Amino acid sequence: MIANYGYKDGSGEYYISIDTDKCIDCAAERACLKACPQQMFEIITDDYDDEVAWVRKEKTRALAYDCAECKPAGGYTSLPCTTACTPGAIKHSW
Amino acid sequence: MITAGIDMGSRSVKVVLLEQIKVEGAKAPSFAVKKAHLMLPGDLDADQAAEKAFDAALAEAGVTRDQVKSVFATGAGRGQVAFATEGITEMTAGARGAVFMYPQARTVVDVGAEEGRGIKTDPDGKAIDFAGNEKCAAGAGSFAEAMSRALQLSLKEFGEASLRSDKSIPMNAQCTVFAESEVVSLIHSSTPKEDIAKAVLDAVASRVCAMVRRVGIEGNVVLIGGMGHNPGFVQSLKTAMDVDQVLLPELPEFVSALGCALIAAERVH
Repeated sequence: MIANYGYKDGSGEYYISIDTDKCIDCAAERACLKACPQQMFEIITDDYDDEVAWVRKEKTRALAYDCAECKPAGGYTSLPCTTACTPGAIKHSW
Repeated sequence: MITAGIDMGSRSVKVVLLEQIKVEGAKAPSFAVKKAHLMLPGDLDADQAAEKAFDAALAEAGVTRDQVKSVFATGAGRGQVAFATEGITEMTAGARGAVFMYPQARTVVDVGAEEGRGIKTDPDGKAIDFAGNEKCAAGAGSFAEAMSRALQLSLKEFGEASLRSDKSIPMNAQCTVFAESEVVSLIHSSTPKEDIAKAVLDAVASRVCAMVRRVGIEGNVVLIGGMGHNPGFVQSLKTAMDVDQVLLPELPEFVSALGCALIAAERVH
């Protein structure tokens, strides 16, 4: 399943997408958990009994603010989460 | 065999009791809804509310707890249903329930009191893609309810008033609080109530539609969740999505609970 968290409004589109099928046998050993400075991700057992990455419920309504730290203005040249996720499950829309 | 699905929403508890029935010549199992019960919790204790709603549904159906083989819960408060066998996400439950009712459906729009989401489903009713968690309640039913209060209209009058307008007034506020002040400004500028109602519902539909477009509109579209009772919203959604038809169950708020009960039955097997 591709899970999209975020929103679109007049200022743009703010989505984190996780292709949870790529999480099942994670070759990166769940590196996303430690890579995100905001501890955005957690591993949950989904409805089909697979262990997949998920955006923490309490973080889903503040993505634009929490993710802003990792954007170029924050001094990063690449996003820590997408870099750590070598299977390419995590993507950002902005 | 009887199973139950409980949808612990932020505003109401929905319970569906589902019975597996035998149909001569049918290869797949057949199901019939034995009882659907909705309760508005009178207190903040979610577990107690679930117990009361479940007991009321059982009493109305003349079924005892022992006869229910499995209880699955979904919704924002699914973790608080202590007696549930398992909890499943709103996406899984909504997709399963919608495809059970409309096998041709591939896009499910779920708009409840506090959240809206778009779900893409496969022919088996398995959610394969979803977009959710709009940044605030401005994309859901509570927003429409707050705005109807500002216009001093009942929710029914609010939806019907919207259908009488052919004006498109953009609402820019993304937050319920700011949107209410926009509505007050429109009232002060003598904008007719029906035009304001349409502006509000167009705004909700636009936010929901942005999420649905994220997953892509494919095949038939089904609208589930309490906002399905608002005819003005249904019309605004059709316009925003640019589709001729949105499939609408008679009781759209029960579809996720139905999906839960179906998945519970499948997993008993």
